[in-house]
Amino acid sequence: MRHNKAMDFGTGLFVLLGILAIFFLVTQTTGMRTLGTEDSFEVSARFDDIGGLRVRAPVTMAGVRLGRVSDIRFDDDRLDAVVTLRISARHDNLPADSIASIRTSGLLGEQFVALDPGGDPDALTEGDQIIHTQSAIVLERIIGQFLTMQGD
Amino acid sequence: MRAMFRDLGEALREFVETLGAMTRFLGRLLWETPAALMRFGLVWYQLHRIGAHSLLIIGISAVFVGMVLALQGYHILNQFGATESLGVMVAMTLVRELGPVLTAVLFAGRAGTSLASEIGLMRATDQLSGMEMMAVDPVKRVIMPRFLAGVIAVPLLAAIFSALGIFGGYVVGVGLLGVDAGPFWSQMNAAVDVRTDVMSGVWKSIAFGITASLVAVYEGYNAPPTAEGVSRATTRAIVITAVAVLAINLLITAIIVGEG
Repeated sequence: MRHNKAMDFGTGLFVLLGILAIFFLVTQTTGMRTLGTEDSFEVSARFDDIGGLRVRAPVTMAGVRLGRVSDIRFDDDRLDAVVTLRISARHDNLPADSIASIRTSGLLGEQFVALDPGGDPDALTEGDQIIHTQSAIVLERIIGQFLTMQGD
Repeated sequence: MRAMFRDLGEALREFVETLGAMTRFLGRLLWETPAALMRFGLVWYQLHRIGAHSLLIIGISAVFVGMVLALQGYHILNQFGATESLGVMVAMTLVRELGPVLTAVLFAGRAGTSLASEIGLMRATDQLSGMEMMAVDPVKRVIMPRFLAGVIAVPLLAAIFSALGIFGGYVVGVGLLGVDAGPFWSQMNAAVDVRTDVMSGVWKSIAFGITASLVAVYEGYNAPPTAEGVSRATTRAIVITAVAVLAINLLITAIIVGEG
């Protein structure tokens, strides 16, 4: 076994490249930069129909992402969906009467929760519930209504 | 007909036997791992031989695979007018599936075969019995450093493969086909998740590293001490690794997809 500088250099370079590649994959190809473990708070919102909304979908206001959907549950008593929104703690001045609606990016794109600001001076804080919500627009239902209207 | 069933049964018995012997061998290697890590110089030398020297083949293959993924993906996505998602497609395919799998198969071809034939030849030329005669355990001195170096090398190589593959996809997609660089990266960032995508690739590559290294050293160590035996061990090292890696990949993917 020959131990020399060139061998050490080659192996060191290999290990370094491998670690750099893992670092690249973790930081550059994923949304980790904005996800992280930053401070955040959770609020809930009830929807009659969440359409195709999924956990980790973006939560936006004015088109800017403020957080993500962290949980979706079904309420057995009220028979509706309880969606938990995790919002970055930086945005601690969102009006408490903001309206949450489920929208679709593009015609067939991914669904997300859009917040529209209300006028309440109080801000949304941890554990609050958003009262005014608008359910997902289900394309098939609209087409169905349109077709029935045509029939009249 | 009767003979066919007997042969089939025989083959099945042999398969289960080999699986059992390999698992026992893996147990022994894992048992020896802490002590072998103490003598890191030996592992470092093997890491140079089988890791650093595999860089070139892994790197070149990765760029080509990334390029062809971008070319094919572009033509499919173009039909739906969704070429902005090219980055997502290339990154997901590489990080989750092709990166770990192809790395393991290429590694078996580049390093696994050389390990198996080297150890097999040591056995055939009585070097291993010579060591035993001198009260040196060949498993500790010969097998362990090679096994550990393989286990360390494959995850690193797989990460390099994925990263260079994405680079290759970027060159073809953005440079050649004119996809916009902004959505290429931003859609990728939005879709690829650290825990489910990148980490599943890392776990896979660790599993494949163990598989490829174990098969190579096992086949070499248990090769019949003849010229034919060594050549059979070399062939088996890559054939068994390729099949095992593909099967384990299906299993891990099924578990991950089932969860998500």
